[in-house]
Amino acid sequence: MLNALSVLATEEAGHVEIIAGDGGWWADTAGIMLLLPFVAFILILFVGKKMKNQGGEIAVAALAINLIWAAVLFVMNMTEGVLTETVFEIGRIGGDLVFELGWVVDGLSIMMYFLVNFVGLLVFIYALGYMKGDVRVNNFFAAFSLFAGAMLVLVSAPNLIQLIIGWEGVGLASYLLIGHYWEDLDNVRAGNKAFMTNKVADIGLILGTILVGVSIGDFGFAELDLASFAHDEALAAVAVTGGLLLFFGAMGKSAQFPMHIWLPDAMAGPTPVSALMHAATMVTAGVYLMARTFPLFQNLAQEARPWMVAIGGITLFAIGLLALVQNDIKKVLAYSTVSQLGYMMTAIAAGGYTAGLFHLFTHAFFKALLFLGAGSVIHAVHSNNMNDMGGLRKFMPTTYWTFMVGSLALAGIFPLAGFWSKDEILATLGHEGYTVVMWIAIAGAFVTALYMTRTVSLTFFGRYKGTAHPHESPRIMTWPLIGLAIPSALFGLVNIPGVSLPGIQNFTTWLGVRVVGMGDHHAEGIDLALAALGMAAALLGVWLGLAIWGQDRETQEERDTLDVPVLYPLLRRKYYIDDAALGLVAFIMGPLARAVVWFNTYVLDGIINGVAGSMKVLGGFVYNILDQRGVDGFANGLSAAADGAGGGMRRLQTGRVQQYAAFAVGGAVLLVVIFVIAI
Amino acid sequence: MLVNQFLVIAAALFALGTYGLMVRRNIVLILLSVELMLNAVNINLIAFESMIRSADATGQVFSIFIITIAAAEVGIGLAIVLMIFRNRKSADVDDLNLMRW
Repeated sequence: MLNALSVLATEEAGHVEIIAGDGGWWADTAGIMLLLPFVAFILILFVGKKMKNQGGEIAVAALAINLIWAAVLFVMNMTEGVLTETVFEIGRIGGDLVFELGWVVDGLSIMMYFLVNFVGLLVFIYALGYMKGDVRVNNFFAAFSLFAGAMLVLVSAPNLIQLIIGWEGVGLASYLLIGHYWEDLDNVRAGNKAFMTNKVADIGLILGTILVGVSIGDFGFAELDLASFAHDEALAAVAVTGGLLLFFGAMGKSAQFPMHIWLPDAMAGPTPVSALMHAATMVTAGVYLMARTFPLFQNLAQEARPWMVAIGGITLFAIGLLALVQNDIKKVLAYSTVSQLGYMMTAIAAGGYTAGLFHLFTHAFFKALLFLGAGSVIHAVHSNNMNDMGGLRKFMPTTYWTFMVGSLALAGIFPLAGFWSKDEILATLGHEGYTVVMWIAIAGAFVTALYMTRTVSLTFFGRYKGTAHPHESPRIMTWPLIGLAIPSALFGLVNIPGVSLPGIQNFTTWLGVRVVGMGDHHAEGIDLALAALGMAAALLGVWLGLAIWGQDRETQEERDTLDVPVLYPLLRRKYYIDDAALGLVAFIMGPLARAVVWFNTYVLDGIINGVAGSMKVLGGFVYNILDQRGVDGFANGLSAAADGAGGGMRRLQTGRVQQYAAFAVGGAVLLVVIFVIAI
Repeated sequence: MLVNQFLVIAAALFALGTYGLMVRRNIVLILLSVELMLNAVNINLIAFESMIRSADATGQVFSIFIITIAAAEVGIGLAIVLMIFRNRKSADVDDLNLMRW
């Protein structure tokens, strides 16, 4: 099936020749990667409790072995290309629909294997240090291994059914880990909220799967791709509805507006969980689904795409703004994650297969790094609140440097990873004609830089405001930080437009091996003007952030209001210029100095005040009105309605058997009457 | 042969059973009422069978089924009544209101 697919894709692409091997022994045995975490899960539960780290060693060992396969396949894919799948028939539904399980080994899944195992291994090692002394380390590592296994089942899926199995598996692990500290009722509620929101979205995924699968008579992605390439009529008839239903499912898992509400609450879980699941891998499952079904959207469901771009655009900008008004360091990163997922979704919906997945790839490294860095800080100061931090760069240099790399990468500063992937998204949006969304994305880059500057300033600069005695984390936690900082800095270089090395295939080539000729935009060379524009937006954000939050604040009120922070440096600078003007060149420079002062006071500060004030108002509005009242209110209203209906129906349950019998007889009589009247 | 007279008897029997089911308070009598309703159905089946005379005697086979199931049902039902009576010293359905909200 896959060979037929590549032949057809080659014909579609015309001149492009697909170079892909079968991966040999490593691809045939890749299923071991799916099995090991589950074996680890069972071992941790049954023998882990007697071990020194309560079974954490088993989890780390399983992922370390997995990483061998992932790395070998990754290198093999870069040099010769791999495209194959191994499937086993499990059963048949209604005689025609085949139900298969197995694993796909192609560019997209190899990228995900590498991400899950590499980031997962580092996060697991970090968790050995972070979770030391926790009440339920054993349960934690068991659920974490379960997550890794389910995620690998998801990304290796050759068909939609296996994808749903993995999808629900990661949802279960997410629920277990968000509620890890279940002694606090709020954490339990957060877990429930995440689970329920995802279940609502899953309805879309399941309906979409049934619709698409039944229309082409197979659930396989290869068959779906073939039918999309061939413009299959049965599929075309349901493509828009089916595509939107699948997208609805993806919106839940990938936290797109308005179903993003669960992700910030999910930060109730331990920080390694936030890093691996709610930033790097699990929440990207929705983006992954969109990429797997990309030919469907590109060839048949084109009417659905503007809606998806709009949802992504709203998510990336409006939710990014929320990060500006959060004081919890993990909440800032959570809103940032939602915003970045919006970037990925927008890019894929606009037709940028490579752009979206490239951002997924780079984002996984630097966002996991940022979360682990935040965890290291929380570990040191025993608080999530950034008002209890400040000045930590002196106490924790490794955490500071790695966090800095992650922040700059996220803000999109050249030449770190985030710059390349964000630039590719901007280029794609511009090329596909979504100019308005492109400008929103540039504004989003500005907001990203602004809130990351705020976070870094409040956490690492200024004066320490907490009560605990901060110290650098142990090496078992700082080494994973360094291990993630290196790819965060360098992995953007694998996909520089127009640059390729001899003997190594381009990122675009090996990633898009199944969607060749689908009109995936990839620039031949870098668009310098656009890159400079994105970079300028980021630098402007950093500059404004430093102007607002660069100074230390004495009291809570001063830190919370933006007006006071802007006034404070303004006053200082004014005195400086006044002194210089009066003392040195009072007479000659007087008018000029006064003009500069006037310009400084009324124009520059006015701009800063105006921008900062409007950002604050906008962020506050989006957070308080739209998010807290509108979206949450709708969800709460639904549950209140269900509760009320249930409460009312409960009264019918009287426990009197004869009353039930009377209802039954009354119903039967009613039916008889209706039939007699009708006939 | 007319089937009307059998249908009238069956309907009367069924109505009696329904009435007993709803107004009787003793569980044993409620079970008996259920038996009446089942037998009303049996009469219907046999009446129609004797009129139609299907090749494989469907109506008779089904009425045998119903008799068998009714026997099993009343066996289990009486066993339950016995256990309830031993535990609660009563066979009145109004006393049995544990299964409520």
